[in-house]
Amino acid sequence: MGNKTPLYQCHLDAGAKIVDFAGWDMPINYGSQLKEHTIVRSDAGMFDVSHMTVVDVSGGDAKAYLQYLLANDVARLSVTGKALYSCMLNEGGGVIDDLIVYFLRDSFYRVVINSATREKDLAWLDLQARSYPDLRLKFRDDVAMLAIQGPQARDKAMALFADYQQQAMQQLSRFQGAEFDDCFIARTGYTGEDGYEIMMLSEQIADLWDSALAAGIAACGLGARDTLRLEAGMNLYGTDMDETTSPLVSGLSWTVSISDERDFIGKQALQAQQAAGVQQSLVGLLLLDRGVLRNHLKVLTAKGEGEITSGSYSPTLQQSIAMARVPAGATGQVEVEVRDKLLKAEIVKLPFVREGKSMLTEGGNNK
Amino acid sequence: MSEVPSELKFLSTHEWVLVEGNIATVGVSDHAQELLGDLVYVELPEQGSSIAAGDSVGVIESVKAASDTYAPVSGEVIEINDELEGAPDKINSDPYSDGWMYKVKMEDPEEVGDLLDAGAYSDAIADEE
Repeated sequence: MGNKTPLYQCHLDAGAKIVDFAGWDMPINYGSQLKEHTIVRSDAGMFDVSHMTVVDVSGGDAKAYLQYLLANDVARLSVTGKALYSCMLNEGGGVIDDLIVYFLRDSFYRVVINSATREKDLAWLDLQARSYPDLRLKFRDDVAMLAIQGPQARDKAMALFADYQQQAMQQLSRFQGAEFDDCFIARTGYTGEDGYEIMMLSEQIADLWDSALAAGIAACGLGARDTLRLEAGMNLYGTDMDETTSPLVSGLSWTVSISDERDFIGKQALQAQQAAGVQQSLVGLLLLDRGVLRNHLKVLTAKGEGEITSGSYSPTLQQSIAMARVPAGATGQVEVEVRDKLLKAEIVKLPFVREGKSMLTEGGNNK
Repeated sequence: MSEVPSELKFLSTHEWVLVEGNIATVGVSDHAQELLGDLVYVELPEQGSSIAAGDSVGVIESVKAASDTYAPVSGEVIEINDELEGAPDKINSDPYSDGWMYKVKMEDPEEVGDLLDAGAYSDAIADEE
């Protein structure tokens, strides 16, 4: 028996198949992962992501603490509610976790970290906090989170809220959130579609779930969440990067703010990697032959061997896709060892899909 | 509960066999398709090839996992279900009919005696759960 989110009974009632995910009993699907994937690309679906860990960081030292803790710079956040994606690195430049930090107001940030990394993350946050006297970390185990995603997600989700809340939800720009009452609603997600992530007190979330279901928002499981994020070219922690890989070899250089004076944990290691030349890169693979690409398969390129970090089937493209870590500079056609065969694949730009549309254009803009 | 038709024979690896004279039609069970979830790719033995009972002769893959399929009997593959290439989900929707995989002209029909009957297969998957 694992941990259960406040929506566990709702999942059972909706016919979920429950699996263990990092110690949590979570829905993998409610019948068909493919249908759930498709509905998020074409309409609206919702995901219980209450297993993720929410930490509120506040106090006069909050900004300085996060600036030293994170590879991206929270000083970029000046508009209330704005979100920033960042890696949290160890001294060697490896990724302890990736996270979203929201700037709620002066001296107050909300950080959302992964569930699988919860214990080590919290220990690291505590350890680094010791140097900052005016700092409070509050672990929000009282908060649950629901992601509503898809082209119809915003309209359908707004209708679940009161008029004054709808107005605020309407006005949110992408990657921005707003607080009202005990609720925080952000226009963020992990699917490559528009939508909201809604955090509220655990005891209130089942009512939101029920009204969302009644409004035609489909229950979607972690299975669909994984294929959606893969199509969207979004990394999964522990799979596409971990403590042994830096953001620079994980397609995440854009999240590292390294050129200014600011010091942060792992900066020296990243600068050393840059000076020595970054040897690998994380790329998209599109399978040209029939079959399915899987995690850890070997990739043969003209520049040497690489490895698939995340492979699956793309329901939108109806072909297998993957993310792979390959030697820097590898391009074009490659081969992937699948069982006893070599299958042809092609290196493509990420993402594969954005807002319901294939990014792989005919003739190969993306290739 | 998954369906286990009484007229079929089974392997513990979840293949089913319908025996008609010396022809065996082979597919995968309802239980197997439920375990795997939405199927997206099926690799069948080649038409005309010879297969031996117990050999790995193909693969079925869902969004989440790949699973080898094994030959329940020995013989020549005389027909394959071409439609699965474009519509592997037929195995999900109809594992015992439209989702059949291939037909074998058996060399040794006595091999059928080594297969599980529906009752024994039901017990085997009940133990798994």
